[in-house]
Amino acid sequence: MFSLLGSIGQQFEVRILDALFLNQLRKVYANGVEALSGIDLQVKEGDFFALLGPNGAGKTTVIGIVTSLVNKTSGTVSVFGYNLDKEREAAKACIGVVPQEANLNVFEKNENILVNQAGYYGVPRSVAKQRAEKYLKALHLWDRRDDIARNLSGGMKRRLMIARALVHEPRLLILDEPTAGVDIEIRRSMWDLMRELNDVGMTIILTTHYLEEAESLCRNIAIIDEGLIIENDTMSSVISKLQREVFVLTLEESIQEAPVLDGYKVFLRNEHEIEVEVEKKQSLNSLFETISDKGLHVSSMRTRSNRLEELFMRLVKGKTQSRYDTGRSGAERSTDHRASSRGELN
Amino acid sequence: MSVEPFVPPEELTHDSVEEPDLFRINLVGLTTIVVKEVRRVLRIWVQTIVPPAISMTLYFIIFGSLIGARIGEMSGVPYTTFIAPGLIMMSVITNSFGNVVSSFFSGKLQLHLEEMLVSPLSFTTIITGYVVGGVVRGLAVAVLVTFVASFFTELSIARPLITISVVVLTAMVFSLAGLLNAIFAQSFDDISIIPTFVLAPLTYLGGVFFSISLLSPFWQKVALANPILYMVNAFRYGMLGSSDIPIGTAYGIIIVALVGLFLTALFLLHRGIGIRA
Ligand SMILES: Nc1ncnc2c1ncn2[C@@H]1O[C@H](COP(=O)(O)OP(=O)(O)OP(=O)(O)O)[C@@H](O)[C@H]1O
Ligand SMILES: [Mg+2]
Repeated sequence: MFSLLGSIGQQFEVRILDALFLNQLRKVYANGVEALSGIDLQVKEGDFFALLGPNGAGKTTVIGIVTSLVNKTSGTVSVFGYNLDKEREAAKACIGVVPQEANLNVFEKNENILVNQAGYYGVPRSVAKQRAEKYLKALHLWDRRDDIARNLSGGMKRRLMIARALVHEPRLLILDEPTAGVDIEIRRSMWDLMRELNDVGMTIILTTHYLEEAESLCRNIAIIDEGLIIENDTMSSVISKLQREVFVLTLEESIQEAPVLDGYKVFLRNEHEIEVEVEKKQSLNSLFETISDKGLHVSSMRTRSNRLEELFMRLVKGKTQSRYDTGRSGAERSTDHRASSRGELN
Repeated sequence: MSVEPFVPPEELTHDSVEEPDLFRINLVGLTTIVVKEVRRVLRIWVQTIVPPAISMTLYFIIFGSLIGARIGEMSGVPYTTFIAPGLIMMSVITNSFGNVVSSFFSGKLQLHLEEMLVSPLSFTTIITGYVVGGVVRGLAVAVLVTFVASFFTELSIARPLITISVVVLTAMVFSLAGLLNAIFAQSFDDISIIPTFVLAPLTYLGGVFFSISLLSPFWQKVALANPILYMVNAFRYGMLGSSDIPIGTAYGIIIVALVGLFLTALFLLHRGIGIRA
């Protein structure tokens, strides 16, 4: 539905509905590095959008240009129809941003950081105080309100930056790796918060290296590599491009060699675990029937890797091996709820 | 550790849904910057307010009481009385400059300047906010030094309007100069070069300690190229009623410097120089 709306929008130039619209965005830094080589992107109002890509792909550069922290070399940027060249202030008023690198005034009281930020967006002081309280509480930092930012842990600083980005309740929230270095429980809560915000109408764009995060949160996705968009579609159609999926099955029985399952490729991992490749057209029911016929019992099952991760690795193949650190735990990530916290500890 | 779920927001006000009211935003924003800057001065008062009080007390003891007693009169007034306006101006210049240069530069270095750069505030508002901060510190120090001076000499203010307008305008000029320094600065060295190699010599030679009538005609001409000379003398004229230079020229130079520096800062920030990659 989104892609349909998107294409209609493009045909009739109804760009006013775009939360973000980028056309042929280029950036060459002063040192000659071409970080962006002509990016087109459209994010609809109300969308939950993932911008993915390996280190150095240009994600932060895109965000920097959109938030006026980086000068573009050429191209067009509009935020809710406000062209950044002509109505920069109006465009900025719509955005809240959580940067990748901490940019807090470490000597300022946490509450003041939020109250000040609200002030820069024109929120009167009395309202700003209420907002600061609301979002410090939402991000579990209320008891640290009188502390200075320097005394916060890394994960707390990140939460403070999220609270700061929300204090003027922007229409478009941009988060550059919001959950990097955040513990699992807090990360889950952040996901909930982002979903809630999106539910009440906030457009959200996030970059992340946790592909599971993108898959579970975002409806639309763009993959950027070496300054170019190499994939831009709905999450579901991107995922459906995967032709096969590899499952890891834990068996109650102890086995010495991989069982022969008709129509499936099977590998033995160890005496209790096998890996089974399942084609997209094959059903899991028949897989389990085949396994049962062999007299084997499956006690648990998980995907070998995150599906998006698989696709990502394929798209950005070769180059990524050295640059993009998915880590072992990433590749072993489980989709099963019980086991998920185990898989995520990295 | 167990974490409660985040409190879901019941609704969003979306301050930005309607056409943003940029005037209101800038008004609130300006107040916010000023409050923040003044708080900063007060928070680190040991670095901002105390040093000028101490150094100026020393100047008054050494140049005023000890050496001044031997010098006698300068421009028809006791030497201590002569240097009082000069020392007040010297502290105003150093402190308004220093306030903006360190506040803006540390914002750049720690990146928290980005808080303002991503906001809808216009650069005029941002510049004005920092300048007001610099002026507030300059004037606070001026009041303190005047208080110190009153222990060493009889002070009177012959022309209050001139005195006040000159000190405020001068504080504005040097706040802007500090801002420009911070815009160009890449390292801590860069923010000490200008105060040491430009500001200090110009101030010391700017008629704080002597009347230029003591100089030979050639050096008098050279001294007249120094804008600080005009500010110090205009201020001294306001307090004592006597000056080495015509007061109109002084105002002219101050206004030209003010407008020139402001427009330069605005131009640089619009181009993103020193603040955007
Ligand atoms: N200020 C800068 N000056 C020069 N080059 C830069 C600057 N910032 C980024 N670059 C270069 O631009 C390219 C894109 O960097 P960018 O930070 O946008 O990548 P990214 O996708 O955000 O990466 P990561 O996942 O590591 O955050 C890189 O080659 C980087 O070295
Ligand atoms: Mg980045």
